[in-house]
Amino acid sequence: MNNHITHTGENYGLYIVVWLGLVALTLITVALAGFNLLYLTVVTALAIAIVKSLLVVNYFMHVKTDSPVFKIFIGVSVATFIIMVILTFFDLTFRVPIK
Amino acid sequence: MEESYLKYQGKHKGILGWLLTTDHKRIGLLYLISMITFFLVGVTFGVLMKLEMLTPGRTIMNPETYNSLFTLHGVIMIFLFIIPGVPAVFGNFFLPIQLGAKDVAFPRLNLLSWYLYIIGAFMVLASLLFSGGPIDTGWTFYVPYSIRTASNVSMAVLAAFVLGFSSILTGLNFIVTIHRLRAPGMSWFKMPLFAWGLYSTAWIQLLATPVLGITLLLIFLERTFGVGIFDPALGGDPLLYQHLFWIYSHPAVYIMILPAMGVVSEIIPTFAKKNIFGYTPIAMSSLAIAFVGYLVWGHHMFSSGISDTSRVVFSLLTFLVAIPSGVKVFNWVATLYKGSIDFRAPLLFVMVFIVVFSIGGLTGLVLGSLNTDIHVTDTYFVVAHFHYVMFGGMGTIFFAALHYWFPKMFGRMYNEKVAMWGAGIFAIGFNLLYFPMFILGYMGMPRRYYDYLPEFHNLHLISTIGSWVLVTGIIIIVVNLIRGLFSKEFAPANPWGGTTLEWTIPSPPPLENFDKIPVVTKGPYEHEEAITDETKSIVLEN
Amino acid sequence: MDNNSVAMEIHRDDTGSKMGMWLFLLTELLLFGGMFLLYASYRFIYPENFKVAAERLDITVGTINTIILLTSSLTVALSLAAIRNKQKVFSLYLLMFTILCGGAFLVNKYFEWSTKIHHGIYPKGPEMANLSDGEVLFYGLYYTMTGLHALHVLVGLIFIAIVCYFVYKDKITFDNNQKLENAGLYWHLVDIIWIFLFPLFYLIH
Repeated sequence: MNNHITHTGENYGLYIVVWLGLVALTLITVALAGFNLLYLTVVTALAIAIVKSLLVVNYFMHVKTDSPVFKIFIGVSVATFIIMVILTFFDLTFRVPIK
Repeated sequence: MEESYLKYQGKHKGILGWLLTTDHKRIGLLYLISMITFFLVGVTFGVLMKLEMLTPGRTIMNPETYNSLFTLHGVIMIFLFIIPGVPAVFGNFFLPIQLGAKDVAFPRLNLLSWYLYIIGAFMVLASLLFSGGPIDTGWTFYVPYSIRTASNVSMAVLAAFVLGFSSILTGLNFIVTIHRLRAPGMSWFKMPLFAWGLYSTAWIQLLATPVLGITLLLIFLERTFGVGIFDPALGGDPLLYQHLFWIYSHPAVYIMILPAMGVVSEIIPTFAKKNIFGYTPIAMSSLAIAFVGYLVWGHHMFSSGISDTSRVVFSLLTFLVAIPSGVKVFNWVATLYKGSIDFRAPLLFVMVFIVVFSIGGLTGLVLGSLNTDIHVTDTYFVVAHFHYVMFGGMGTIFFAALHYWFPKMFGRMYNEKVAMWGAGIFAIGFNLLYFPMFILGYMGMPRRYYDYLPEFHNLHLISTIGSWVLVTGIIIIVVNLIRGLFSKEFAPANPWGGTTLEWTIPSPPPLENFDKIPVVTKGPYEHEEAITDETKSIVLEN
Repeated sequence: MDNNSVAMEIHRDDTGSKMGMWLFLLTELLLFGGMFLLYASYRFIYPENFKVAAERLDITVGTINTIILLTSSLTVALSLAAIRNKQKVFSLYLLMFTILCGGAFLVNKYFEWSTKIHHGIYPKGPEMANLSDGEVLFYGLYYTMTGLHALHVLVGLIFIAIVCYFVYKDKITFDNNQKLENAGLYWHLVDIIWIFLFPLFYLIH
């Protein structure tokens, strides 16, 4: 017995819509770079990048419609990375300069 | 009767049938042979180091040689033995069988993992020989010295990169195997605890190793192209190197110990003839250790210059990781209680493990708490601690697993009495070698030092003598097992009365493991219905 | 949980194959993640220098490259849908267009890098001595991260070329196309990494 899933009848339109959204978000993030938002610069840039990535992951990579195990895999990995960043920044943020 | 995997001749004959095999059992043996070789090289370096430490000042070598020896001892033991160790040998051999499968999910990828291991190993050895000389940075490759030293750091870090890939691919293979290839009826909670250990380990292999990979690659790029990432002369922060390095290397110690703990959960129910106490807590504790293991790396950096806030955070998190380990020890002891104990060599090794690993773990608490760590960090106390947990932990269980599964892998029985003696001498030598180091460290003897003050001499003397006793034990164990390969005492399918699936197939197993994929209806350690063979020896007629 | 017992006797396991590719992608995530952590750390330490250094990068080229990659992601996703709709020729054109996009990205990268190198801004280059520490670190990270990314673009293109050949030879068909999906997944990851690289290196203002 083979495990092969035959997919049929894919809708091209959805992919195009997602692509339009991605291009729009790109143009928005470039436009926003022209403004001086201080520390919010990196926050908005990252937020837009995250939205774009979610579009790619969920629609182009089919995670939205696939088995939940893939969402768990991705979630665990991203969470691990975020923890690494947070704990490193506990060091960086609180260092006292020697002067 | 179907041919065993050892004798099977398939598409490739003879030695090619081993070098081009995709059979998980043969790959496990390929790892075993290569690994024992590198382990013995690592042991030799260790013995030489202890010889040098026999007296203060120069004993048999100059300081540069000593630096290289402890560096290579660490690199070989950690990257070529302890990290691949249990998963590559016993995971490869037994995970598919314990799950009721014919092989892992990606057999060819499995072979690639072994080749990457061998290539990495040769690169490590090559770094000894090329001009520049053997690496002398310590296995930790701290910057800025690792960027500046003329020794063959570039070759060595690339070797570790390749070895890391081998580890990643093994982890990947095991995750998919466990998700996809369990036998019908084997739900996640009917899986043997060894599989849970391997699963948790695989996620660490998968997610932590790439961080080491990129860090070492950056060292290579800094040395070769002067990129400017960690070099303080170019504004870089050496502490960031340490962060990235330990972000992998702390979880790495759980790669080392979780599979070993899984083996303990196999051996104890078998020799106590009793169902494991607390299956679910033990399974969950493996996942918990894997998770918490990511949160504590800063405890390797308490005196490096990181912020006080982060030191407190890391110290607190470090205490947390002791909890799931304690859960395991409690459940193991509870399993033994009122069991019908069959005291054999595998169980003796496990008993030794529980004692030494507990000592190692408890001294970890001394290191994890900031005020005591300040006094003992970077001293022999640390050296003793990690040898107790790594060697006393994983090393002892490697021997335990070797004895436990020897009959199944090779179809013969080793000499039980000699094995027990070997284990005993090993245990005595181990403690003679490493326990004095706790005291030395407490007294102030720094680690990685070639020379020392006269007041440390007596303890170093005991320790070096201990190394000779330890090596004697290892030699007895290894020779006994090799002789067992040629023993006339054939092993039955189930010499110990085990209840997991590997004991239902012949010793040694046939190529495809199972005639028919089993349908699983009960848990892995239910001894009431187990079919026990007495270990009757079947002696050849002539 | 998946019906794992289905996978027992099989010699083809599409879900397992996809799982394997996803797990590999997650290792790539952590590999680049280590460098993103370094980037975050150094930007935190040298915010002004990073801003100055970023001003030397050409936002237009960066934006074009971003859109090129996004488009190539679209075409590779469409190629999978196409083969599943039994539209082999359409699928092939889409794959070839994907490769074209990837090639264009690399050509742009080549020009970006050679401009910088021409101006002496590269590791151990003549201009580097005049830059502040933070700028040196910025460029170190720039070359390493975009370089590693470009390497992955190249690998991805080879992957897609191979899969394109398989489609052409009917080794990938409407009911046997996991290899194509896997190649697409890899390509999407390459796209996602750039989605983060672009604002972090080009858009600091």
